[in-house]
Amino acid sequence: MGQSNGKQVFAPWENPEEKPIIRFGGVTKRFGDFTAIDDLTLDIYAREFFALLGPSGCGKTTLMRMLAGFESPSAGTIELDGKDIAAVPPNKRAVNMMFQSYALFPHLSVYENIAFGLKRSSMPKADVDGRVGEMLRLTRLEAFARRKPHQISGGQRQRVALARSLAKAPKLLLLDEPMGALDKKLRQDTQFELMDIQEKTGTTFVIVTHDQEEAMTVASRVAVMDHGRIVQVATPDRIYEMPNSVYVADFIGDVNIIKGNAKRLDEAKTEVHWAEGQAPFLGTTNSEVQSGAACFFAIRPEKVAITMDRPKSAANAVSGKVLDIAYLGNISTYHVKLATGEIFKAQMANDRRIARRSFTWDDKVWLSWTDTAGVILAR
Amino acid sequence: MNLRRIFLILVPYLWLLALFLVPFGIVLKIALSDIALAIPPYAPTLDITAGWEGIKRFFAGLDFENFVFLTQDDLYWRAYLSSVVIATVSTIATLIVGYPIAYGMACAPRHWQPMLVMLIILPFWTSFLIRVYSWIGILSQEGYLNQLLLWSGLINEPLMIINTNWAVYIGIVYTYLPFMVLPIYATLEKLDGSLLEAAEDLGCSRSSAFWLVTVPLSRPGIIAGSFLVFIPALGEFVIPSLLGGSKTLMIGKVLWEEFFSNRDWPVASTVAIILLLILIIPIILFQRNEQKQREADQ
Ligand SMILES: Nc1ncnc2c1ncn2[C@@H]1O[C@H](COP(=O)(O)OP(=O)(O)O)[C@@H](O)[C@H]1O
Ligand SMILES: [Mg+2]
Repeated sequence: MGQSNGKQVFAPWENPEEKPIIRFGGVTKRFGDFTAIDDLTLDIYAREFFALLGPSGCGKTTLMRMLAGFESPSAGTIELDGKDIAAVPPNKRAVNMMFQSYALFPHLSVYENIAFGLKRSSMPKADVDGRVGEMLRLTRLEAFARRKPHQISGGQRQRVALARSLAKAPKLLLLDEPMGALDKKLRQDTQFELMDIQEKTGTTFVIVTHDQEEAMTVASRVAVMDHGRIVQVATPDRIYEMPNSVYVADFIGDVNIIKGNAKRLDEAKTEVHWAEGQAPFLGTTNSEVQSGAACFFAIRPEKVAITMDRPKSAANAVSGKVLDIAYLGNISTYHVKLATGEIFKAQMANDRRIARRSFTWDDKVWLSWTDTAGVILAR
Repeated sequence: MNLRRIFLILVPYLWLLALFLVPFGIVLKIALSDIALAIPPYAPTLDITAGWEGIKRFFAGLDFENFVFLTQDDLYWRAYLSSVVIATVSTIATLIVGYPIAYGMACAPRHWQPMLVMLIILPFWTSFLIRVYSWIGILSQEGYLNQLLLWSGLINEPLMIINTNWAVYIGIVYTYLPFMVLPIYATLEKLDGSLLEAAEDLGCSRSSAFWLVTVPLSRPGIIAGSFLVFIPALGEFVIPSLLGGSKTLMIGKVLWEEFFSNRDWPVASTVAIILLLILIIPIILFQRNEQKQREADQ
């Protein structure tokens, strides 16, 4: 992200002049007759923090392993800096990987682990020392340099793995679920640390995760994968606000999805007829959805307002009965049952104390949202 | 402390007492005795019926004469030295043969591995003596090995292998190979494959990853296997007797001859006590290695 004020917005993918650092061209990877990666095409640009997001088994690790050189594509090409890397073995690639299990060498100290890659290059001894020192400072591990991996905590081990993979200053750093083993608090700290390090070193990061929050936090762009295919690649806010499919909308965050039929009013507005005798939902036209075709209306719970009385000027309004209230501290999620049987989720910030909350179970309420809040999806 | 715990602690100590300390005490006593033409062939023997006088006479009869004797005849220290050399060389040879086998087993498909382990221990199903005898058939001058080599034209005259130290090395490597292979296999099998990928990722070639990661991480297995071969090989007696020649000098053989040919039980016992003292060093080192390994596993 890092689009701070004054700086130019970082969006090389929008610039057709820009050459990607990695280019997957129609890559397929098969294990026996099982297709793990299916005709995948993808560009990743220098200095990006690129997140691969998807459920377990969708092929994220396989994609990374192909970049690192541990698997070769069954079809298609992978280019690094414009050169096909099919023939380059892992030890000759300017790519380093931080393993899901960290894969720290148990017989070597923290210092020796970080120095391992540097010693394999022709770097003079004094420079190795300097570089390791730099990495130890960057990851705040100076005090643990002499310890063995089993003598430090999980969070420290994770930082050693990161320092080790960064030490050789790779063009591309691959992080395979780097925070899988950390608890939530440590995870959040580490995410910010990672972003900080990425900004300092300017390395291109590709991070694998199955945690959507993590992907949204750290990434400049997110690719959502499903069964070896990429469903959508976009910036986190676009993925969230404009998912291109029910799969993506559902995978990233909470969403209400209603099946219906589209009726295009004009270039800008489309109606979704979703139940007999109910007023249609009004949303922004999606060029993929033909008038008259079946479609899905997706709306995030936090965009749904909940009121006692019917709002006078809302573009969309529907009534129902409060079924359940989930109190989450800063917000509450209301599960509202519509007359047609659908369950709708609406979220409200808890800016009042709980005792003064205006709704309770079985109250009849109105849900409403604007005509731009929801999206209409073809699939 | 309840009875159960006392019992659990007592059992290993009783075991140690019955199977190690008591026999050791008896052998030590014989070592301190003198040879005698009697049954048993040494003196003094403890005569409890004589009471206190008998015990005093018994202890007065014990001395270190045999230990002194061992230092005077160079046969003994040469035999010890030669045993150490033969045991060391065969341990190294077993390691060189055993490591690739263990490595191959660990790399084999998972579902094959139990079968491969079975194959390694399969020879134990046949008597050790028979297996050593069969090596005579292979290594002797008209044996299968010489026949094969003559037939293939690699040699013109049969090789003299039997009755030399070569045959002893072959015999020891063959016999103790499982003791080397199994501990090394156990460490290699636990080795996390992602460590090798990490090494490659950081710029190692396949072979340097082997030397920098696989070998150091299998060190506990190498050490355990080496001790398991070295310790029994040092006192080995059957293999040098059957396969070695008259020039093969090993302390186990000397000991056997003292007992059965010379009927000099006291000297034979002294030889055994010193052999045990020599072995205590590697045994303690072995225990340390096991201890460290257990701590590392925790
Ligand atoms: N070496 C392999 N042999 C056979 N199947 C594999 C192999 N590696 C991965 N797969 C399969 O490919 C699919 C994708 O795996 P992976 O890339 O590890 O998923 P993810 O990292 O997204 O959880 C899984 O169904 C997995 O079983
Ligand atoms: Mg994975």
